[in-house]
Amino acid sequence: MKLWIPFATAAGVFVAAAILFGADWDMPPVDTEQIGYRGTGMVLIKDREKQEDLRLANVAPEPLYEADPEGDRAGDVYENVQVLGGLSDDQFNLFMASITEWVSPEQGCAYCHNEENLASDEVYTKVVARRMIQMTQAINQDWQPHVAETGVTCYTCHQGQPVPANVWSRDLGPGEKGRALGWRDGQNVVSELAGVTSLPSNALESYLLEDEQIRVHSLTALPNGENTATTKETESTWALMMHMSESLGANCMTCHNSRAFNDWDQSPPQRVTAWHGIRMARDINQTYMIGLAPVFPDNRKGPEGDVLKVSCATCHNGVQKPLYGVSMLKDYLDSLGVKTNTDVPDYTTYTPGETQIMGPAKTTSLEPVSGMGDGGKALASAD
Amino acid sequence: MQYQNIFTQIQVRGPVEAGIPLPRGDDERVGTPSYNWLAGWFGNAQIGPIYLGFLGTAALISGTIWFVIVGFNMLASVGWDPIQFIRQLFWLALEPPPAKYGLSIVPPLNEGGWYIISSVFLLAAVLLWWARIYVRARALGLGTHVFWAFGAAIWLFLVLGLFRPILMGSWAEAVPYGIFPHLDWTAAFSIRYGNLYYNPFHCLSIVFLYGSVLLFAMHGATILAVTRYGGERELEQITDRGTASERAALFWRWTMGFNATMESIHRWAWWFAVLTPITGGIGILLTGTVVDNWYLWGMKHGIVAPVPDMWPTVVDPALGG
Repeated sequence: MKLWIPFATAAGVFVAAAILFGADWDMPPVDTEQIGYRGTGMVLIKDREKQEDLRLANVAPEPLYEADPEGDRAGDVYENVQVLGGLSDDQFNLFMASITEWVSPEQGCAYCHNEENLASDEVYTKVVARRMIQMTQAINQDWQPHVAETGVTCYTCHQGQPVPANVWSRDLGPGEKGRALGWRDGQNVVSELAGVTSLPSNALESYLLEDEQIRVHSLTALPNGENTATTKETESTWALMMHMSESLGANCMTCHNSRAFNDWDQSPPQRVTAWHGIRMARDINQTYMIGLAPVFPDNRKGPEGDVLKVSCATCHNGVQKPLYGVSMLKDYLDSLGVKTNTDVPDYTTYTPGETQIMGPAKTTSLEPVSGMGDGGKALASAD
Repeated sequence: MQYQNIFTQIQVRGPVEAGIPLPRGDDERVGTPSYNWLAGWFGNAQIGPIYLGFLGTAALISGTIWFVIVGFNMLASVGWDPIQFIRQLFWLALEPPPAKYGLSIVPPLNEGGWYIISSVFLLAAVLLWWARIYVRARALGLGTHVFWAFGAAIWLFLVLGLFRPILMGSWAEAVPYGIFPHLDWTAAFSIRYGNLYYNPFHCLSIVFLYGSVLLFAMHGATILAVTRYGGERELEQITDRGTASERAALFWRWTMGFNATMESIHRWAWWFAVLTPITGGIGILLTGTVVDNWYLWGMKHGIVAPVPDMWPTVVDPALGG
């Protein structure tokens, strides 16, 4: 009795089914669009089903109402308004209502405020939110080469969630610490941030936090000893590129002619935008996210204890132009369009639940901190 | 119609064949021969006996040590989690040492040291098996064509893992032992060195690779087509041309004006096959050592097709301005 035949057939069917349905294939139909010169293969490929899902997931909400820019200034009406004090009372209240819709629609005002005393900075999220407003203003004013007139608002990243869906932190992966074997040089496991490849898992840290060199190509045909980049370093840059590709739902051809990845003369203009975007993400992480590290509680940090950071996916959420290029900023130009107060407090003095006003440090670090009230004392007692 | 099947339909069964007596000094063949119906689909239905001898045994032991070192490093790299080991198996690898250790043969054990040790065993396994192929061919009174063909593959293997790393001055240039990681390495290698597509030896290697495929298909199809006339008995028909060989030859002469012979088609196949890794190995060996950017090299030598400047406004933003 050839009993093995049904077993072999079953196994074959199982493997075939696993390959067909287990992998996340883009099922036809897909739409293709030629963007480069014929014969260069510069074609953008979009899967219709995925595009449909993305369209539904990335809709910019309408403003709640139109605020009156006239009237008393918020800074005069309310206490402890450090960044948005220049708005009218009406604008300020609209912004507060909007940010609640954008960031904490379920948790409401209390997500950031002590509802007994709205002016108090004792809830850490309020301190973070203020810094994030400064960040958004800086992005819209200083990073126009990347965000253009479209700009960004809190909603671009948050999309109704207190923590944006696509953030990252240091990932050392399994089995990396203190053992005699199993070294894998930061790669060779499933890397979620690099398009589920086995490429280096921490490429974002190299390029979107530190400023490691992405340019691995030689500019001369023959070796002249100047370019010491290795294949391994190239793998890291490739991991970053996979991340960008996945974050934007774009393929390599969106920015490159793949026959000479490094050649700017053959690159579409999107590559210039992306170049600025890499620097923008780096600036956000270095200036804003790392700076806020003392304020964040442990449950808002990654498994290695570092703050959550932004990547391309944080804003883009799978589409090339966040929210399909709809400018929400145009309705919030007074609040988010330009930098107002750029002062940075000394966040190491922050004590959640106690610090009433987290204002800019008024003295140098050489002198005793004055005017910080309870915060200063709590820090001293913690030593 | 009985020849137009995917699998061999006829399985010859009789007393199992023990093989000719071996000369003095050779070991015994190992294993009791038996018939396997499934094996008969793909080849000869008889399994065993196998000749291991010193070379074969040593090669298998060395290869097993390499395999186990790689496997345990993979397992350790996911924190000894057997489920993750299976789930991520294709992603896992044993990685060569980082560039900072250069050509040191004793980098820290857990920073490429295991890679060096396992590579020594892999090299030993491959070379011992290579020698075994030579000795076994001679023992059967054969030519050494298989030995030289395997040597061509070993050339490419040595270029990737030994010769090129030595010329580049770092074991970090070697290829990781893993399924996806070695493919990632390959693509990253091409990106780093300005697109291997413009490496003429890469071109040649592809020509021979695809040529091998074409020749294999032509030859396999021709022989299957004339099996009904006994065409699979190739060796007899080389010297004693029968109907099958005659028809096969005429088919190609009449369709393309030229035909190989029963002998020459195998020379074609052999040379195309061995030239694939030989030319490929040359191309790899030149990369990074003699040429650093194949695209620019191709520009210099006129093999890059010019395309119009589609985006004249795009300039490197790092240049400022």
